[in-house]
Amino acid sequence: MFDKLAMYLQYPFVRYALIVGVLIALCSSLLGVTLVLKRFSFIGDGLSHVAFGAMTIAAVLNLTNNMLLILPITMVCAVLLLRTGQNTKIKGDAAVAMISVASLAFGYLLMNLFSTSSNLSGDVCTTLFGSTSILTLSQLEVWLCTALSVLVVILFIFFYNKIFSVTFDEAFARATGTKAGAYNLLLAIIIAVIIVLAMNLVGSLLISALVIFPALSAMRLFRSFKGVTICSAVLSVLCAALGILVSILEGTPVGSTIVAIDVAAFLLCWLTGLVTRKLRA
Amino acid sequence: MALLTCQGVSLGYDGHEIVRGLNFEVNPGDYLCIVGENGSGKSTLMRTILGLQAPLGGKILTGDGLRQNEIGYLPQQTVVQKDFPASVREVVLSGCQNQMGLSPFYGREQKKRAADAIEKMGLSKLTKRCYRELSGGQQQRVLLARALCATQKLLLLDEPVAGLDPKVTAEMYGLIEQLNKDGVTVIMISHDIAAALQYADHILHVGKDVFFGTRDEYLRSDAGKFFLAQEKGGEA
Repeated sequence: MFDKLAMYLQYPFVRYALIVGVLIALCSSLLGVTLVLKRFSFIGDGLSHVAFGAMTIAAVLNLTNNMLLILPITMVCAVLLLRTGQNTKIKGDAAVAMISVASLAFGYLLMNLFSTSSNLSGDVCTTLFGSTSILTLSQLEVWLCTALSVLVVILFIFFYNKIFSVTFDEAFARATGTKAGAYNLLLAIIIAVIIVLAMNLVGSLLISALVIFPALSAMRLFRSFKGVTICSAVLSVLCAALGILVSILEGTPVGSTIVAIDVAAFLLCWLTGLVTRKLRA
Repeated sequence: MALLTCQGVSLGYDGHEIVRGLNFEVNPGDYLCIVGENGSGKSTLMRTILGLQAPLGGKILTGDGLRQNEIGYLPQQTVVQKDFPASVREVVLSGCQNQMGLSPFYGREQKKRAADAIEKMGLSKLTKRCYRELSGGQQQRVLLARALCATQKLLLLDEPVAGLDPKVTAEMYGLIEQLNKDGVTVIMISHDIAAALQYADHILHVGKDVFFGTRDEYLRSDAGKFFLAQEKGGEA
């Protein structure tokens, strides 16, 4: 098995997939803790549907570099969703669902009306599941992804304590003079960047799972914010790496394999959490 | 000069006015209790003092060297906090955030401050415990310790004893009284008029009839008599 693995690892596309997959898993799990706690678990899904809608607009307009359109539109939606906070007429989950469903519907409608491609359902499937794109990365994309990931990790560490205050109690943070609005804006922008990046590379199904599962698993085991954040990052990286290796060896789809391993890890953490709680009680 | 002065303040949201013509001032060392019926604008007043929303009219002035970020706040608990994985120490430390500016990590001074606040609130044995696993009274003490990290001057408490049993309620009032004696100015929203009259030295009654004055003046006023009669009627 190791021989086979060593053989595969000689191919650059396998190495690229591993690097990018692990980096995206790391970034999304760091932000996942905050998102789950803020009751925005579904924002990954919602925003990737927004990105899908934006992508169809770009396709219809025949833009060569569709990133220029997708990224700003997704960012605006992320900001709208996260900025509003608690005094909005439409609450978080409903707002995410609304934006998500609407963009999916409009995106599909546009694709149907103005389609230039002959394989419509194939295109849709690829955007949602990112079936092969992680194995067809170019060197430039890998560099871009690495640079952005490093930036996200640095920003996260630098603003860690502020993110904690704003997540735990936004009203208190604001009242005592922390610029909660600015940090929420920063969070929203980072999230939008990660999601757009990840959706292109690994598909929108996977990005949602990467946001939710490591955070929830870590919360079964740890009781402090720091513990949960670190555990979530480690868990996410391990699961992603394992998932990619398994999918290479067994020829399974990358995204779904990683998600399956994340689910297994969650069950394991949940059981461990149950047992330790029983033991301590 | 007064720590906090409200001049002809009108309150409300979405352009809908709830209270108008509020005039009062809070001096260093005061213990002010804000009472009034549900929906009378108590919480809105507190949010306005904290700068979370703008008054519809009038002015709120801070004085005596009090800056906007030197107000400590004990909010009502949110749903998010009920299952938030955070240790007591992490929560209390987050109260120091307003002294941090852009610097990313807490220094020795902040850690000392948090340790003092934890000690003062009698939480020393709980520092490593998870916030969500504490009892309601312990959680309130953690949030009070956090508020103390944010300020030593002025504390705003939004129904600090909501949902606590009588014994813990008395302990909480005792802690707040002690803080006030140590020189912290306290503004508290309360439904508990009896406790308000027992501990506070000033009363602000918001509602149809606005009243502001010392406790003794309140007991003699029409608003106070009416409220007290209602309380007695409610209990009988």
